[in-house]
Amino acid sequence: MDLTFTPEEEAFRDEVRAFLAENLPQRLSDKTRRGQHLTKAEHEEWHAILNSRGWFANHWPVDWGGPGWSVMQRFIFETETALAHAPRILPFGVSMIGPVLLKYGSEEQKRKWLPRILDGSDWWCQGYSEPGAGSDLAGLKTSAVRDGDHYVVNGQKTWTTLAQFANMMFCLVRTSTEGKKQDGISFLLIDMATPGIEVRPIRLLSGDHEVNEVFFTDVRVPVENLVGEENRGWTYAKYLLTYERTNIAGVGSSMSAFEELKEIARTERRNGRPLAQDPHFAARLARLEIELENMKTTNLRVLAAAGAGAAPVAESSMLKIRGTEIRQQIDDLMRRAAGQFARPWVPEAFEGGWNGQPVGPDWAGPVATQYFNNRKLSIFGGSNEVQREIITKAILEL
Amino acid sequence: MDFSLGEDRQMLVDSLGRFLSDRFPFAARNAVAFEGTGWSRAIWTQMAELGAVGALFEESVGGFGGSSFDVGVVFGEIGRALVTGPWLAALQAGHVLAAAGEVEGLASLIAGESVIGLAQEEAGTAFDPAAIETRATRVGDGWVLDGVKTVVSCAGSLDRLLVVARAGEGLSTFLVDKSAPGLFVRDYLLADGGSAGDVTFAATPGVPVGEIGQAGPVLEQARSLALVALSWEAVAVMDTLRAMTLDYLRTRKQFGIPIGKFQALQHRMATLALEIEQARSAAINAADRYRGDRLERERAASAAKVTIGKVGSLVAEEAIQMHGGIGMTWELALSHYAKRLIMIGHELGDEDFHLARYIELGQEDAFALA
Ligand SMILES: Cc1cc2nc3c(=O)[nH]c(=O)nc-3n(C[C@H](O)[C@H](O)[C@H](O)COP(=O)(O)OP(=O)(O)OC[C@H]3O[C@@H](n4cnc5c(N)ncnc54)[C@H](O)[C@@H]3O)c2cc1C
Repeated sequence: MDLTFTPEEEAFRDEVRAFLAENLPQRLSDKTRRGQHLTKAEHEEWHAILNSRGWFANHWPVDWGGPGWSVMQRFIFETETALAHAPRILPFGVSMIGPVLLKYGSEEQKRKWLPRILDGSDWWCQGYSEPGAGSDLAGLKTSAVRDGDHYVVNGQKTWTTLAQFANMMFCLVRTSTEGKKQDGISFLLIDMATPGIEVRPIRLLSGDHEVNEVFFTDVRVPVENLVGEENRGWTYAKYLLTYERTNIAGVGSSMSAFEELKEIARTERRNGRPLAQDPHFAARLARLEIELENMKTTNLRVLAAAGAGAAPVAESSMLKIRGTEIRQQIDDLMRRAAGQFARPWVPEAFEGGWNGQPVGPDWAGPVATQYFNNRKLSIFGGSNEVQREIITKAILEL
Repeated sequence: MDFSLGEDRQMLVDSLGRFLSDRFPFAARNAVAFEGTGWSRAIWTQMAELGAVGALFEESVGGFGGSSFDVGVVFGEIGRALVTGPWLAALQAGHVLAAAGEVEGLASLIAGESVIGLAQEEAGTAFDPAAIETRATRVGDGWVLDGVKTVVSCAGSLDRLLVVARAGEGLSTFLVDKSAPGLFVRDYLLADGGSAGDVTFAATPGVPVGEIGQAGPVLEQARSLALVALSWEAVAVMDTLRAMTLDYLRTRKQFGIPIGKFQALQHRMATLALEIEQARSAAINAADRYRGDRLERERAASAAKVTIGKVGSLVAEEAIQMHGGIGMTWELALSHYAKRLIMIGHELGDEDFHLARYIELGQEDAFALA
């Protein structure tokens, strides 16, 4: 065994670092580090910067604009960008619908939609969940009925992340109520400007507007926007979910957040000494660091196996569970570190350009909001309970 | 042994509970908690009329209760309805006034006419009174204060503040009128609703309460009563989250059955129910030992804060998790109860702070015995 990077991988890491030093606008990294909201234009700006270097769709095949990286290179890239406080690449286009089209889309669909993902022409949102269909996704009811060259869509999606920015949605619809519920689902691409679509905001407990309800009333979708075959959508949907899960451990972003936390523990004083020397806080910090270090290697091992052709089902669920738990624990310690200064709530401070005087240390402003907001991590992308079901199903063989 | 509340206390609980559910349902509460001052003076006054403030103080100083259990049940109702406002601050400030025999100042508080807050914490105190730096200086016949207090409950919307300051050795307390010269407030809302503020004192005149330099012990005792209050409040919030989550497990269906049929969730719910009972016992212990000697009292208060800190995080996080996406929404009352429970952890010292204190007090105790 050898856990060090090869010389090529090290050279690659240096290349990524140099690129970031030169091309990541400080405006964006400051906002990301402070937990402030990025505007739509700022997300698009970062995507465009990466795309100009050919690094945006870094898991796509070379023919379609990918850089041809190994899984290890992708890991290095993800870690380095997170450590530099680069904005997260939003997954909906490049990591969700992109891979589905690459695998199941027609040539025409690929030629039409993939370049538009790369150049930022489209902002995609994910229309899977419904009020009655969350963990039981296959129970979805939004219907699509064929009418000539169109499907007519009626129903409701919910929890649709950033639908307020999106001009396109990939959407699971019911095209048949016969047989198994998984066998009557189709995968449609829907233009959000079509008449009959209404997007309503949902306010999260943290105050953020990040998710939405989307209502469909007689929405006409051209049949060429059906991906693959009618009633086969469940296969494509599941492919996307597995794809989503391998990235969901978020090790890079946890490493970056943990560095921030350690810095805070070194500088913040409690009872006349740094927080890092408070035995109770130090113990929490140490346990978390150990867990994160273990996670890094677990993640690398899964990536190495995947690179060698394995299909890590239980393992990717493990990454999702522990990765999200670690991130939530970092947020938990951040708020604990803030003490009484976790309580003030100044929502203006989460927007860029706010120049007000923070209450307490400036890092403390967003910690409560971030802690509450990140409770979502163990709920979405397949809840952590559902992931445990997947693990036992895979290993118990009962 | 008798674990019942007793008739009078039960009547107070019932009338407060009825009033709050009629007049201050969740929608009304949320409309108040995240706007302007973050609390309703009208609700405060009406609660005072029902005896909620008087119950916090003994008859000898004009109240009609004052035992730690009276305090507990009032804060239980505050928790159940997520009432915002300077309740905890007024409890402590009033306790200091009572100990100093300032019955007049207390009377207007009990009547709901004048609301008194507490300005104790500073940027560098982290709940350790020894770190308080605000200075009191003698000028002629009177005293002036200089310093900055932070996260002072409802600072911008009170009538008077009890300020903890240092005049040479030891701590002292001073009553300051909110309109006094040299007093500046910067107000903000809180993550779980309500407001607080940073208060700057620049040669602000204040009137001493109690003897100069002698306020340490009474402040400690007031804090310990406040810890009883917070613990009872927390348990009421937990009870609410428990009821809401049970209800959801019974009614939310996935895969064609109520999610409460999934054993994975059943066991988690059972753990919550168990932990909440432990928290309730900790809160009862704290109220009971409040009547004991100092070490007993302080250890039980810290023990309760450790327990509700640990159980509180668990209950808040699990209640949200078992609700799935809907538990993440502002619209659902559940998320606000969860936020309150987490934020209780940030008041009066967190779990780690009180664990350290519990250990320290235990060593003091062992030393005394040796
Ligand atoms: C912030 C946020 C953003 C989101 N973004 C999107 C998006 O962009 N697009 C989209 O389509 N969806 C999105 N979602 C929805 C998300 O995928 C669902 O919330 C998730 O699938 C859970 O479904 P639910 O909320 O209906 O909870 P439920 O399925 O009702 O689950 C409730 C509880 O029951 C548990 N449970 C359910 N079934 C079982 C079982 N069999 N065994 C044990 N426990 C079980 C769950 O784990 C959970 O704890 C988002 C959600 C959030 C919170």
